[in-house]
Amino acid sequence: MYRYDEFDSAFVAARVEQFRDQVKRRLSGELTEAQFRPHRLMNGLYLQLHAYMLRVAIPYGVLNSRQLRKLADIARKYDRGYGHFTTRQNLQYNWPKLVETPDLLAELAEVEMHAIQTSGNCIRNVTADHLAGVAADEVADPRPYAEILRQWSSQHPEFSFLPRKFKIAVNGGPQDRAAIQAHDIGLQMVRDARDELGFIVYAGGGLGRTPFVAKKIRDFLPERDLLRYVDAILRVYNLEGRRDNKYKARIKILVHEKGETAFREAVEAEFAANAQSALALQEADIATMRSFFSPPAVAPRARESAKVAARRAHDSKFDAFVKTNLSAHKVEGFVALTISLKPVGLPPGDASADQMDAVADLAETYSFDEVRVSHEQNLILPQVALDDVAAVYDRLASVGLATANAGLVSDIIACPGLDYCALATARSIPVAQRIAQAFGEGARARDIGPLKIKISGCINACGHHHVGHIGILGLERAGEETYQITLGGSGDENASIGQITGPGFSSERVVGAIETIVETYKTQRTDADEPFLATYRRVGMAPFKEALYERSAGSDI
Amino acid sequence: MPEIITANSLDDGHVVYLDPEGRWTEDFRRALVLEDAGARKAALEQGEASARANVVVEPYAIELEMRAGHLAPRTLRERIRAEGPTVGASPARG
Repeated sequence: MYRYDEFDSAFVAARVEQFRDQVKRRLSGELTEAQFRPHRLMNGLYLQLHAYMLRVAIPYGVLNSRQLRKLADIARKYDRGYGHFTTRQNLQYNWPKLVETPDLLAELAEVEMHAIQTSGNCIRNVTADHLAGVAADEVADPRPYAEILRQWSSQHPEFSFLPRKFKIAVNGGPQDRAAIQAHDIGLQMVRDARDELGFIVYAGGGLGRTPFVAKKIRDFLPERDLLRYVDAILRVYNLEGRRDNKYKARIKILVHEKGETAFREAVEAEFAANAQSALALQEADIATMRSFFSPPAVAPRARESAKVAARRAHDSKFDAFVKTNLSAHKVEGFVALTISLKPVGLPPGDASADQMDAVADLAETYSFDEVRVSHEQNLILPQVALDDVAAVYDRLASVGLATANAGLVSDIIACPGLDYCALATARSIPVAQRIAQAFGEGARARDIGPLKIKISGCINACGHHHVGHIGILGLERAGEETYQITLGGSGDENASIGQITGPGFSSERVVGAIETIVETYKTQRTDADEPFLATYRRVGMAPFKEALYERSAGSDI
Repeated sequence: MPEIITANSLDDGHVVYLDPEGRWTEDFRRALVLEDAGARKAALEQGEASARANVVVEPYAIELEMRAGHLAPRTLRERIRAEGPTVGASPARG
């Protein structure tokens, strides 16, 4: 992974001391709340419903064991013994004290981490495919480019006060695991006809109150032009993006209002005008960056493991785990192992300090010291030998992390919602808990097959509900929580925005509505191998609508 | 409808309520209950003075109503602020 050089370390250390001084001046009254607020937000510190919340950046979701142990230590020392992994591959602490935050940040800096640019109208933490560097279908490892983007965008003088926040995601190949088409800029690694490496460039995607799937604005961008082209997009957006209305200030609105063709032409003109830009990447620099992410030297092993096969034969829970939580690795005999942070009935994405320590130990022993955070709020051990899977599973089971539901109905994305968030209009986590309890992680969930349920507690859509196969949006109506359901969304390479089923459901009835949708899918699918999304795309909304509003007692709104 | 004054304390961010002695308490049951507009105005001014003195952030008034025989915040948001997250068990809390 990337290691800080002296400039990085000095920069982060200076920012900690700068913030320490700002906190001191706020507590003494030298700074008013209005003056202090932008400073704390630029350091990732929010004031939420119950307390301050600190959002720690995990660049493109990559951690080593030392960093994860530090996150655990901080959870014990400065918080309430747990943290919440988010859909931006970050970690949020829900209970830090303002007075202790500078010390907390100083401890983070010890392990080359910070909370800079995790809030504010700037370029946020760059996200990437959580299987970067190991996925069997990968064209190239996206992490070196994500790191180049991170360095370029950190404290960028021109792009620190954009019309609105700006999110970039990079994916290593054709199978999109980073939801790149739901981002302001999405980059997909690709090779052209001459086998040169580069990117397909998407722009103008985003969720929130006006969701858009991104437009493909470049079929091929050579890798050396990465920063030049991203710079051109940001320049067009910074000049032309709306600043009169925060709900219309994201680049998706500019692309929509200006039109895809005119936007593309403006970007290409800006790109051409800066042909001699110093931002052109040099081959040596790219090679240096790539060297930070060299894969561990592992020799292929046997494709099948006798140890795994023997255990599966007599342990049905282990068998289920192997079926759902392992992903193909580019090296034979290895797998990427998903640690579901969705134990049935517990808050999605939460991990206790003890669990973080256990995962750090496992990473060190079995995964070349690597852990990944996925945008689906799970952790991944990306480099596990198949022969070691049973040992990893047993340790995970001992800390409540062996839930065999990755990619299934109970592997739900949920934002913090009204239980924590000052912006929320309804609760998300308790709905996710009840849905997970209804379907479980056993035979019923496996029979349903791949199904992504995503829940947001307000229109800002941090829970990505628009791109859930089943999306749930919590709203408040006449003092009561009400849940609007969408179907057919997808955040993968065939991205789509879900369609609203009709009137919303009360908190009491929303879980029943989801069960009705799932049962309808089961009657409509051609066979058990046709996943929910394929069935929905084939049969459309009508049978689901009929089941929800005509055959049942109907919604209660 | 009776009201109370709430805010978040500046140093640790915790939810607090103005009590009858003019201090801040984390227990809404000990808050000063305001029965009319005059009392509300005076209490809000007291809260704002406390914000200017860098003790709390953004004080505001919330409504109470009778729920199960007791006064409780009227909105779900304020009930969650008063009682904490409703997520039940978490990995840390068991």
